[in-house]
Amino acid sequence: MSANSRQLRPDLQTICEWIQPKTRILDLGCGDGTLLAMLKTERDVNGYGLEIEVGKIVKCIQSGVNAIHADLNAGLSGFDDKAFDYVVMTQALQAVERPDRLLNDMLRVGREGIVTFPNFGHWRSRLQLFFGGHMPVTPSLPSKWFNTQNIHLCTLQDFEQLCVDNKISILQRTVVDRDHKSSLGMKLFPNLLGEVAIYRIQKQT
Amino acid sequence: MPDTIPENSVGLVTPQTMHFDAPLALACGRTLDSYDLIYETYGELNADKSNAILICHALSSDHHAAGYNSMDDRKPGWWETCIGPGKVIDTNHFFVVCLNNLGGCKGSTGPTSINPDNGKRYGPDFPIVTVKDWVESQARFADKLNIDTWLAVIGGSLGGMQVLQWNIDFPNRVKHAAVIAAAPKLTAQNIGFNEVARQAIMHDPDFHKGRYQDKNTLPRRGLMLARMLGHITYLSDDAMREKFGRELRQGKISYGFDVEFQVESYLRYQGESFVDRFDANTYLLMTKALDYFDPASDFNDNLSTAMSRASANFLVISFSTDWRFAPERSREIVKALQDNDHDVSYAEIDAAHGHDAFLIPIKEYLDVFGAWMGHLVKEVSV
Repeated sequence: MSANSRQLRPDLQTICEWIQPKTRILDLGCGDGTLLAMLKTERDVNGYGLEIEVGKIVKCIQSGVNAIHADLNAGLSGFDDKAFDYVVMTQALQAVERPDRLLNDMLRVGREGIVTFPNFGHWRSRLQLFFGGHMPVTPSLPSKWFNTQNIHLCTLQDFEQLCVDNKISILQRTVVDRDHKSSLGMKLFPNLLGEVAIYRIQKQT
Repeated sequence: MPDTIPENSVGLVTPQTMHFDAPLALACGRTLDSYDLIYETYGELNADKSNAILICHALSSDHHAAGYNSMDDRKPGWWETCIGPGKVIDTNHFFVVCLNNLGGCKGSTGPTSINPDNGKRYGPDFPIVTVKDWVESQARFADKLNIDTWLAVIGGSLGGMQVLQWNIDFPNRVKHAAVIAAAPKLTAQNIGFNEVARQAIMHDPDFHKGRYQDKNTLPRRGLMLARMLGHITYLSDDAMREKFGRELRQGKISYGFDVEFQVESYLRYQGESFVDRFDANTYLLMTKALDYFDPASDFNDNLSTAMSRASANFLVISFSTDWRFAPERSREIVKALQDNDHDVSYAEIDAAHGHDAFLIPIKEYLDVFGAWMGHLVKEVSV
């Protein structure tokens, strides 16, 4: 792995490792295109990013990433079934209007999906709510309840139940902390100790 | 008229004319045995001819895309916003070419030209030309300039359609392609607007079946109406409200049919001034070229198949309030490109100006366009 990918956000680094070379990727909410730029050099993928902010599209274009202006809340109806090998969504699931619908749409458009989200079941959130009696504000969830974009926060358990309800198989799961490190503790108690959850999923046939 | 030419303008430019003697077979079945194309260039062509950019013009514009033809010019070329030293299409780096399309009325062979076969003005006998014909003529033009491959082909509206056609017919001659405020084909509503415009022109008593110039007259009222209608559709509801509201010229209603609202005054002015600078037969031809454009029809109505041979790196831009070439139409183009794994970026710019937005210096638009052009600068600087 190159020095560059070591500097990636922790969830992005894991995704980079999970993705097979020379595949077709759709990145939902691609931001400034960091992940796609990395995947292009490290995995030789052919990818497009969907992004709602024009300022970020400009950054993608500057980095040579294909960015398509799109609102994820409008769904992926413009994309054909199985048009991509992977549909990736990092840290955006909790910010969309209907995560369940988007998740199903992802797995219609992609053979596999890769999703990352901040784990609301992390001990820090639990402590703040339990002892502090207020909505948690943590390093991975820095906004206040009234100005956060995260309108559908969930825990690992919630997400996995959603997968069961929607006949989605979990192919791979990992949890990391802010430094993108994993530990034995996190492996034993992922929903308590993991800050960021990363899943590779597929629709059951 | 500019007292001094602004520093970021290409300055004074002189159009040139290129003559063609090889017959050009047109889609309509007729052939143009010889023709002229008038064009302007800005910037310098580099030694290996790798920095040439073709600009394709829209319905009522022409080869004069930037700069001034004389110090008496009231306004610069139609895309002064984007073309010039230090601008998005930076003439310090690129050799920019814009030509007046066949059938035009600004110096390229068209209805106002003399037909060499009979020594008479073509008038309504000028053959109907299509976007495909234009692209063929542009390719021959490139041959004569010894430009094998365009670094980029760029166009807005009807110009964007030419960009698409270039990538279908000559995919190996285009490295980058910008398709702005365009569509892969017109909707029925759009064709409807064009038809009303044509009917307005053809029903003018001074139209004389297109032979008006031979009778020393012009279908002024018809062409004016056509332009007024066009203008309404190029602007958005919001833009018109913002620009005119219900403002009255005299401050009060006078219960008559003279110009009362500012919007009426504006439209009449636009229509009247258009008559003096544009030919009615050319207007008819250009609207037909728009209506006929449907490259997917050659590929079982599948736009993705039509775009499959393209190899350029694409930029597609639309504008939120453009209802004549709506963002949905641009997304169809993007999808066809994505289906083929072509490189494409797309932005829908939030702008109040309707279809005309592609000519207006809107920050986000220029940011996106500029970021994309930045790669081209790097390419030619290597």
